Amino acid sequence: MKLLIKNGRIVDPATGRDERGDVAIAAGRIVAVGHVSDDFHASRTLDANGLIVAPGLVDLAARLREPGHEHEGMLESEMAAAVAGGVTSLVCPPDTDPVLDEPGLVEMLKFRARSLNLAHVYPLGALTRKLEGEVLTEMAELTEAGCVGFSQAEVGLKDTLVLHRALQYASTFGYTTWLRPNDAWLGTGVAAKGPLATRMGLTGVPVVAETIALATIFELVRDTGARVHLCRLSSAAGVELVRRAKAEGLPVSCDVSVHNLHLIDVDIGYFDAAMRVTPPLRQQRDRDAIRAGLADGTIDALVSDHTPVAPDAKTLPFAEAEPGATGLELLLALALKWGAESGAGLPRALATVTSAPVAVLGDSLGSLAASAGRIVEGGVADLCLFDPQARWTVEPGALRSQGKHTPFRGYEMTGRVRCTIVGGAVAYEARARD
Amino acid sequence: MLSRRNPQLNSHGELIHLLSIEGLPQAVVTQILDTAGSFLSVNDRDVKKVPLLRGKSVFNLFFENSTRTRTTFEIAAKRLSADVINLDIARSSAAKGESLLDTIANLSAMHADMFVVRHSESGAPYLIAQHCAPHVRVVNAGDGRHQHPTQGLLDMYTIRHYKRDFRNLTVAIVGDIVHSRVARSDIHALTTLGVPEIRAVGPKTLVPGDIREMGVRVCHDMAEGIRGADVIIMLRLQNERMSGAMLPSAGEFFKNYGLTPDKLALAKPDAIVMHPGPINRGVEIDSAVADGRASVILPQVTFGIAVRMAVMSIIAGNNA
Repeated sequence: MKLLIKNGRIVDPATGRDERGDVAIAAGRIVAVGHVSDDFHASRTLDANGLIVAPGLVDLAARLREPGHEHEGMLESEMAAAVAGGVTSLVCPPDTDPVLDEPGLVEMLKFRARSLNLAHVYPLGALTRKLEGEVLTEMAELTEAGCVGFSQAEVGLKDTLVLHRALQYASTFGYTTWLRPNDAWLGTGVAAKGPLATRMGLTGVPVVAETIALATIFELVRDTGARVHLCRLSSAAGVELVRRAKAEGLPVSCDVSVHNLHLIDVDIGYFDAAMRVTPPLRQQRDRDAIRAGLADGTIDALVSDHTPVAPDAKTLPFAEAEPGATGLELLLALALKWGAESGAGLPRALATVTSAPVAVLGDSLGSLAASAGRIVEGGVADLCLFDPQARWTVEPGALRSQGKHTPFRGYEMTGRVRCTIVGGAVAYEARARD
Repeated sequence: MLSRRNPQLNSHGELIHLLSIEGLPQAVVTQILDTAGSFLSVNDRDVKKVPLLRGKSVFNLFFENSTRTRTTFEIAAKRLSADVINLDIARSSAAKGESLLDTIANLSAMHADMFVVRHSESGAPYLIAQHCAPHVRVVNAGDGRHQHPTQGLLDMYTIRHYKRDFRNLTVAIVGDIVHSRVARSDIHALTTLGVPEIRAVGPKTLVPGDIREMGVRVCHDMAEGIRGADVIIMLRLQNERMSGAMLPSAGEFFKNYGLTPDKLALAKPDAIVMHPGPINRGVEIDSAVADGRASVILPQVTFGIAVRMAVMSIIAGNNA
C-alpha cells in the first residue's frame, strides 16, 4: 500500500517543520516529506488541502478497560475512539481486572490490540503484585512482554519502604516508574479541598496530599537515581515543586490531564457527576499554574486520562459516582484550545501530545523511539490529518467510546480529525458530515 | 454541560423544589416564613387540617434514619391533607442493591407527587430532582454534609419570632461545623436575611478555615465566639466524632466548647439558645442551659412543622 498525502500543512513539532507539502508513505514508513518526486506512484492519494498533517497523537494515560471492565469499555470501542481522536499510540495503566502484573496478561492485551490494527498500545505493568503495595512484580519479564514502565495506577503506595525498594529495583534496570503523586491518607476526598468543597459539603483532597507525595518521591529519586514519571499534577504548589526538581536535575517528567488544564472546581455546578474526575478539579490559581507549567515545559505532556465509565456508575450522588471521563476523542481539540487560549500556538500545543510524550517514553518505545511522534523520512507512518478550523460540539452520543461521560459535553470545539494513519494504513476516516 | 439554572427555581424564579438555601432569593425565604406564620394557628385549632395538598401523595424517602425529621414532615404533610407514605429505604431497596434512580422511578410509577428525601451523600436530592417527572416536587430533608434547608428555615423562623429584625444581630454557631448540613443552611439563610455578624465557633478540626468565604467569622475561642451574641446555635456532636483524630474526647470538647451557664453569661442578657436536636446533654450543652430560660429548643420543633407545611404548600403550588 502506497499512500500520498497532498497539499497539507505539515506541522512537526519535533523538527520545527511547518510548511505546505506532500507526504509519501510506503510499506508503513514515511518515504518522503515536503516534496515527493513524480515517480512515486501511490495506490491512494489523500487530498489534505486545508488540513494539517501532524504526527499521530501519543496519549500517556488511556484506560481501555480490558480485561475485567468490559461493561465500561472494550478494546474495539476504545481503540476506535483513539484513532477517531487522532491518537496513534497510547499508554494504558495496569488497573485492569486482573491487574497487569503477569507477562501473560500483557502479551494477551498486546496481541488483542495488534489484531485490531488500530493504535499502538503500550501497557504499564503493575509496580507491585495486584497493586497491593507489598511484593514487587517481575519487571524484567513484564518489560519483555511489552510494558513501557511500572505504575501503581490509582492505588496509592502507603508503605514508603516498599516504594523505596521499588525505585531501587526499577532503577537497577533503567525502568521508569509512573506515579500519581497523592498521599494515600490525605488524598481520599471526592473534590479539591477549598471553599467550594466546604460549601457543598464534599470531602476535600488538600493540596498537601500532592506536595507531600511529591516531596517523598523526590527524596527517594535523589537517593536512588530512579527515573520517575509523575502522572497528572493538579496543584500550583505541585507544579512549583516539579519545576524546582527539574532545575535541580532530577530525572523526572510529568503530565497533566485535559480536565485539570481546562476546568476548575466551580464547574462541578450542581453536583454534576461528569465533573467527578481524578485528581479532582482545583481552583483557578491551580489551573493558571498548570497552564503556565505546560507552556514553560515544567509539565511535559498533556493526557486525555481517558476512563470510560458505565452510565449506572455516573447516575449516582457525586461522591458515589465513579471518577473518570471519556477523553480520547477530545484530546486534540483540547490541546489546540489550550494552544490558542494561552498564546503558546499550534505547534507547541501539538508538541504536548506528540513529541513530548514520546520523549517521556524514551527508549521504552524500542524500535519506534526514533520516529514516533514526529514526521521524518524513514520513520513509522503514524499521522493525524485534521482540519484546524472545523468547529463542532461535543455530543456524547456521537462519541465512539463506550464511555459517554465528559465534563466537556456541550462544549464548542475547534479542530477536528479527518483521517488517522497508523503504520501506513488508514485507520480512521471521517465521514463527510462529521 | 447540565443546565446551569438553579434547579430549585422555575423560569419565573419561583420555588419548585427545596434543595438548598443557597441561591434562594430573600423574597422567597420571607415568603416561606410568612406562610409558616399563617400555618401556626392551624396547629392550635381543634381540627388541625387544611386541604391544600388534598389528593397528593407525599413520599418520605429516608435513605438515612431519622425519626424526628421524618415525623415532623409526616405531621406537616398530614395537616395539609396529603397522603403520606413513609419508606425506610435504609432497610429495604437500597439494601437489596436497587439504585437510587431505580427506586425513584418505581415510586414515580406509583404516582408520587412529592419526595421528601434524606440521604447520606451531599447532592443526592439534586440527582433526584433532575431525574423525576416535571410535576414531581423534591424537598431535601438533609443530604450528607451539604444542606438541611427546612431546618435552616425553621431556625430563621425561630430567630425572627424572638428577635424580630435580622439586621443588627450577632449569631454564633458552635461545634461540629465541618460535618454539619444545618450549619451550612443556617449560614446561607442568615446571610440572605442580612445578619451582619455570623460566627463559626469550634476547634480547627471541626471548623474549616475556608468557611470564611461563606461570609462568617471563624472563632476558635469559645468566649470570643459567644461574647455579645444575640443567638447561639449549638450543633450536635455525632458520637463517632467524639474521640479519634477530630477530637480527643467528649469531655475535652465540653470543657472547651460546651455551653454552660457561665459561658452563656458572656452573650447578651436576652440571648436565645437553639439546637437542631437531638441534644447531647453534657457534651455540647449543659442541662441547665438546655432546660433554662434562654433555651428555645422546643419551640423550634413546633415551628418546624409550620415551616415544613409552608415549604410543601408553596412548592406544590408553583408550576415547573
